Amino acid sequence: MRSRPGGIKSNSHAAMADPVLREALAKLKTGFQAKRKIAAANLPEFEALRDQARDMKRAVLKDLDSYLEIFETKVQEQGGQVHWASSDQEARDIVLAICRQAKAKLVAKGKSMISEEIALNPWLERHGFEVVETDLGEYIIQLRAEPPSHIIAPAIHLSRHQVAAAFRSRHKELDDKRQLSEPRQLLDEARAILRQKFLAADVGITGANFLVAETGSFVLVTNEGNGDLTQTLPRVHIVLASIEKVVPTLEAASLLTRLLARSATGQEMTSYTTVTTGPKRAGDLDGPEEFHIVLLDNGRTAMLGGPFEDMLRCIRCAACINHCPVYGAIGGHAYASFYCGPMGSVLTPALAGLEEWSDMPDASSLCGRCEQVCPVRIPLPRMLRSWRERAFERKITSATTRFGLGVWGAVAKRPWLYRLLVDLGMPVLKLLAGKKGSLSSLPLAGGWTASRDLPAPEGRSFVTQWAEYKKGARQ
Amino acid sequence: MAKAPRVGLFATCLVDAMRPSVGFATAKLLEDAGCIVEVPVGQTCCGQPAYNNGDRETARAMARKLIDLFKNYDYVVAPSGSCAGMLHAHYPALLADDPNYAALALSLSQRSYELVSFLVRVMKVETTHAALAETVTYHDSCSGLRELAIKDEPRLLLQKVEGLDLKELSAAEECCGFGGTFCVKYPEISTKMVDDKLADIESTGAATVLGGDLGCLMNIAGRLKRKGKAVKVRHVAEVLSGMLGGPAIGEERS
Repeated sequence: MRSRPGGIKSNSHAAMADPVLREALAKLKTGFQAKRKIAAANLPEFEALRDQARDMKRAVLKDLDSYLEIFETKVQEQGGQVHWASSDQEARDIVLAICRQAKAKLVAKGKSMISEEIALNPWLERHGFEVVETDLGEYIIQLRAEPPSHIIAPAIHLSRHQVAAAFRSRHKELDDKRQLSEPRQLLDEARAILRQKFLAADVGITGANFLVAETGSFVLVTNEGNGDLTQTLPRVHIVLASIEKVVPTLEAASLLTRLLARSATGQEMTSYTTVTTGPKRAGDLDGPEEFHIVLLDNGRTAMLGGPFEDMLRCIRCAACINHCPVYGAIGGHAYASFYCGPMGSVLTPALAGLEEWSDMPDASSLCGRCEQVCPVRIPLPRMLRSWRERAFERKITSATTRFGLGVWGAVAKRPWLYRLLVDLGMPVLKLLAGKKGSLSSLPLAGGWTASRDLPAPEGRSFVTQWAEYKKGARQ
Repeated sequence: MAKAPRVGLFATCLVDAMRPSVGFATAKLLEDAGCIVEVPVGQTCCGQPAYNNGDRETARAMARKLIDLFKNYDYVVAPSGSCAGMLHAHYPALLADDPNYAALALSLSQRSYELVSFLVRVMKVETTHAALAETVTYHDSCSGLRELAIKDEPRLLLQKVEGLDLKELSAAEECCGFGGTFCVKYPEISTKMVDDKLADIESTGAATVLGGDLGCLMNIAGRLKRKGKAVKVRHVAEVLSGMLGGPAIGEERS
C-alpha cells in the first residue's frame, strides 16, 4: 500500500478553508441527496428491494467461493481468461504482463475504483505505457495529477473554471480563443481528445459493477458511454473486479441495478447499462479479441465470517458518502484514502491496516445517516464502532482519548464520587460563568471552547435536588 | 390505564449535571400523564462515551450497573433520544454474551423510552396545557430519529402548545456536529457542521430552537453564543411542561 499523505485532522483543516471545495460540497444536498429522495419515493417497492438485495448479497457471501468458481468456468467457456490476484501487487503484475504481451503502447481506461485501490496508473506509467482515463471526471483529475475525491463523481471537488484551466494547460493544440466557459464546451473538448485515444488504444481496462456467475458476464453502468468504447474498441480488454462483485444470476444483477442508480445519482437507470460476455465471437461486429478478468482479493476473504463481512455487500453507489455530514464538510481528499466517507472508513482499515488508518472510523459523529440510505442496508455505524474497539484494544486510540476515558470511567462507575464531584463542581462553574450564563474558555475543555461557549450548569445535580425536593414535600 | 405505571426517571448525566430543570420538567410531564416517578440515586451515565470510543469493557460495566438500578420499574424514561437509544438499541448487543445480563438487557431495552415518544406512544398523551407565543424550530437529534424513529411525536405535542408556531428546518435530519466526544476530538469538522445547522436555524426566523437531546442543544447553544446570536435554545420538555422560568441554555441570567 502507498504511504498516506497526512491524516484527516490536518488534511481537513486545509480542505475546509478552500472556498471552491465548500461550494462544490454544498451542492450535495440539493443534488445527490434530493435526487435520491425523489427516486426512492417514486418506486413503491424501493424499501422491499433493499431488503431483497441485502438478503441476496448475504447469501452470496456465504457461498462466495462456489459462485466465483462457477463464474470462472463460465468465463473460460466463453473464451475469456480469469486471473486471481490475492494482493494489489499481484493484480498490478497481472495487468502489466497482459499489456506487455499485447505489445501495447496506449492503455485506455474506464472508471475503476479497483484501479485506484491497487494504484495501477503509476505502475503502468513507470513501465513505459501511456494510460488515458476516459471517464470525463477521471480524465480531468488525471490532467491535474490528483486522486478522485468521490467514488462516483471523482472531480466533484472542482469548479468549471478549474476544469477549463486544466484543459488549457494540458491540451497543447487548444486554441487560446476557444470558449470553455460552459459544460457543453468542456465536454466537446474532452470528447475530441478522447476519441483519438479510444481509436489508438491497444488495451482497454474497465471496472465491473457486477459479475454474473450463471453466464460468466459482467455488468457495467456508466452515464457517458466511455466504458463501452473502452471495452469494445481496443484489441485487448481487461476487467478489474474485486471478488465480492459476483452475483448468482442476471436477475440478481438487475435487482442491484434497480437500486444502484437510484441510490447514487437519483436516476432510475444510468444512461448505459451494458452486459458483456466474453471476447468477440465469429460474426460479432465489434469487441476485443482477448478478454481478461482480474479477480482481486486484497484482504476481502479475511473479512468473511467476521464483524466486517457485511461491508462486502457494498455496491459502491456512494449514497453513504453523499449523505455523510463529515464528507460534506471536508470532501474526499482529506481522507487521503482511495475510498472515502463511511464506506471508505470501514473498508480502508480492512484492506490497508488499522494502524495507519484508525482516524477514518474515528472521524465520525455516528449520526447513522449512512445506514439509513444504504441500498443493501450495511450497518456502517456498527462497523465504525467495531474498528474503534479494535483500536482501543490494540492501544492505537490516542493517549489523550484513553486518559480522558479512564478518568471519566473511574468517576462514572462510582456513583458516590460522581455525585460528589458534580455537586461540588457544577456550582463552581455556574459561579465562574456569572450573569453571562456561559463560559468562553475553560481549562482542559479547549476542544469545546475553541469555537463554542460552554453553557453554564444550573447548580447542583438534578438527582440531589430531586431528593431534597421529595424530602421537603414529605415534611 | 388501570394502574399508574412506576417510571424510573433516568436523567442522563448531561441533564443531571448541566440542566436539572430539564429533569424537573421531565418529572412533571410524566406525573401529569399519570405516572409514578422515581429517580434512583445511584444513576450516573449510560456509558456511551466508552461505547463509542471502543472501550467495550467499561461500557459493559456501566450497562450492568444501570440495568441493576432500573430493574424493578415498569418503564425507564430519559429526556434524551441518544441515551434512551443506548439502553434500547445497544445494551442487548453489548451484553448478548453475558449469561447473567443478556436477558436483563433485553428486558430493560423493552422498557426503555425517550420522554416525548413515551408520552405519546405509551401514555397516549395527545395535548398539553403549555403556552409559548413564539416561532420555534425543531432539531431532530440523530439517535432519537434513526435508532428510535422519533419524528412525529414532538411535533404532535408542540402543535398543541398555545401560541406556538413551528417552522421546520430545511435539513432537520442532518447531524448538528455534536456526536458526543466527536465534537472535542474533531472540533473543526464539528464546528463546520454546527455552522450549517445555525444557518438553517436562522433561515427559519425562529426565536427559539428546540430539541430532545441536551448534547446537541448545548452544541448549538454554545456556537450561537460564540457568534453573538440571539436565538434561544431549550429542551422540548421545558416548553411542553410550561417550565420556562429560568434562562434558556447558555442564556444570560437576569
